Amino acid sequence: MSGPSTYEPKTGFTRWLDSRLPIVRLGWDSFVDYPTPRNLNYWYTFGGILTVCLMIQIITGIVLAMHYVPHIDYAFASVQRIDRDVNFGWLIRSIHAVGASMFFLAVYMHIFRGMYYGSYKAPREILWILGVVIYLLMMAAAFLGYVLPWGQMSFWGAMVITNLFGALPLIGEPVTQWLWGGFSVGNETLNRFFSLHYLIPFLIAGVVGLHIWALHVPGNNNPTGISVKTKADTLPFHPYYTVKDGFAIVVFLIIFAGFVFYAPEVLGHADNYIEADPLVTPAMIVPEWYLLPFYAILRAVPDKLGGVILMFAAIGVLFILPWLDTSKVRSMRYRPMARWFFGFFVVACLGLGWAGAELPDTMVPGLGALGVDFLLFGRVLTVYYFAYFLVILPLLGFVEKPSPRPASIEESVLNGDKPAKAGAAPAAQPAE
Amino acid sequence: MTDENTPEGGGETRRDFIHIAAASMAAIGGAAVIWPFIDQMNPAADTLALGTTDIALGELEEGQEVTIMFRSMPHFVRLRSASEVEDAANVQVSSLPDRLARNRNLDDNAPATDDNRSALTAEIADGVEISDDLRRSLLVTSASCTHLGCVPTEGAGEFGAWFCPCHGSHYDTSGRIRRGPAPENLPIPPMTFISATTLRLG
Repeated sequence: MSGPSTYEPKTGFTRWLDSRLPIVRLGWDSFVDYPTPRNLNYWYTFGGILTVCLMIQIITGIVLAMHYVPHIDYAFASVQRIDRDVNFGWLIRSIHAVGASMFFLAVYMHIFRGMYYGSYKAPREILWILGVVIYLLMMAAAFLGYVLPWGQMSFWGAMVITNLFGALPLIGEPVTQWLWGGFSVGNETLNRFFSLHYLIPFLIAGVVGLHIWALHVPGNNNPTGISVKTKADTLPFHPYYTVKDGFAIVVFLIIFAGFVFYAPEVLGHADNYIEADPLVTPAMIVPEWYLLPFYAILRAVPDKLGGVILMFAAIGVLFILPWLDTSKVRSMRYRPMARWFFGFFVVACLGLGWAGAELPDTMVPGLGALGVDFLLFGRVLTVYYFAYFLVILPLLGFVEKPSPRPASIEESVLNGDKPAKAGAAPAAQPAE
Repeated sequence: MTDENTPEGGGETRRDFIHIAAASMAAIGGAAVIWPFIDQMNPAADTLALGTTDIALGELEEGQEVTIMFRSMPHFVRLRSASEVEDAANVQVSSLPDRLARNRNLDDNAPATDDNRSALTAEIADGVEISDDLRRSLLVTSASCTHLGCVPTEGAGEFGAWFCPCHGSHYDTSGRIRRGPAPENLPIPPMTFISATTLRLG
């Protein structure tokens, strides 16, 4: 999409089609001849992997909807029937359930990749923001989908999450009743959650289209963070990256299949095989693993509204990340201080996930002697999470001295990622 | 050749007015069409009609608690023992995290004394006779934790009444929040004694 099209229709039919609907030209320019930086590593394959994840979820989801009954009296039994009686239902539901976890695994890799290589920086701010929108939609879809089997975790998860909106002053109660369609989570709620769960993947597909469009205007970022300058910096997308992405997708699908066939329930909760009971809350309710860090942030605040605000702020801050990072250097490969803070940030996210999975007053293993329970642990990591975005990244741009960068992508490839020889590199390269 | 209906005349024209008026009507119409699509998600008429629930008190023994559904929300009905009432009554309201009674039978700013929380505040239908002791020992509260809606566990927590397993809120024998993240006391629904042994919620 960037630069003039190189597509030349070869047959009479494609010439006829090209002058009426240039769809083959669009595909050619986007996925065949599209100039791609020649130094992309395997961290750059998660975009393709995520596209596959979305397709898997949509296809398995459409099939499951043929057998699922969105009614509180039948939902739980219909899911059991899919598992036990529907031909290959056990397989298709496993793929869909495991697929949600694999989707989030891939999206977290993709997001961390973008944060490390500075892919959110100019001119890719819109690309980044669209990505955060997709991430938000994914969380909504995952939450709504988790309610559908109508087990105990489904029901009480729905109860807790919808009650978050009850923390809003004045409009809290009307908003929660509007979400429920009643005075509590009930049949109306299940029905609408099913409808919206079916809708959101198609919204995601639409935003993915915009995401790819916004990617193809400036082109891919790359591990050096240096912009493409000449044709020698790039390779055509096909066959170089179709094959690289394809290999990564195959490896990913092997891991995926490992979960589906050997550990389909390992990421779920046994309590969800008890049918929803509005009178009994399970002894411990926790969200799915991919939402645990936000759950820990919610619990880190002793005030109900404050916790809800901070949890949403943890996602909201991602939207303004392009303007919080003040460094002129994109890739942290050349940012000796930022890469350490980023490493701690990844550890903090994992630690928050751990804190979210444990009871707040349990002692952290190894730190119990110091009186550190998971509540304090979660609070410290929450502070670091926000400090990374709001203090560290804004200040680093002023205090950090970036290491020398290669003059071009081509040179970085030919020199094995060593910085340019003395005198060859321009002293400062704005926005690179 | 200029007349007042062409832009060459300068300033506002009849056509500008038509454009603005048409666009405004389209915007208002569009906004009006959105409302039914938002409001359809609010509780429907049949849901709202689930107005009242009657509780038979004759089956309750002292110290016993049952959980019932009222307006599709679980509620605790507890016939408290004398010592539980005494424990609750001895608490200073000023020491409570939430000092309001949260009782639909009282004003919004009634203080959270135990008398203001118990069925002493229930209306009594004409001709019904019921003892103060029974009314004082009867407690009916919502069973949805005011934090995020879980059902607290009976007989657990530091105050001998309810403990919410989700995020660790402790409630006392008056259903008042004492410790933990929940911001408010468990709310009390509108109550009426319609006979000596029947309490109507709603």
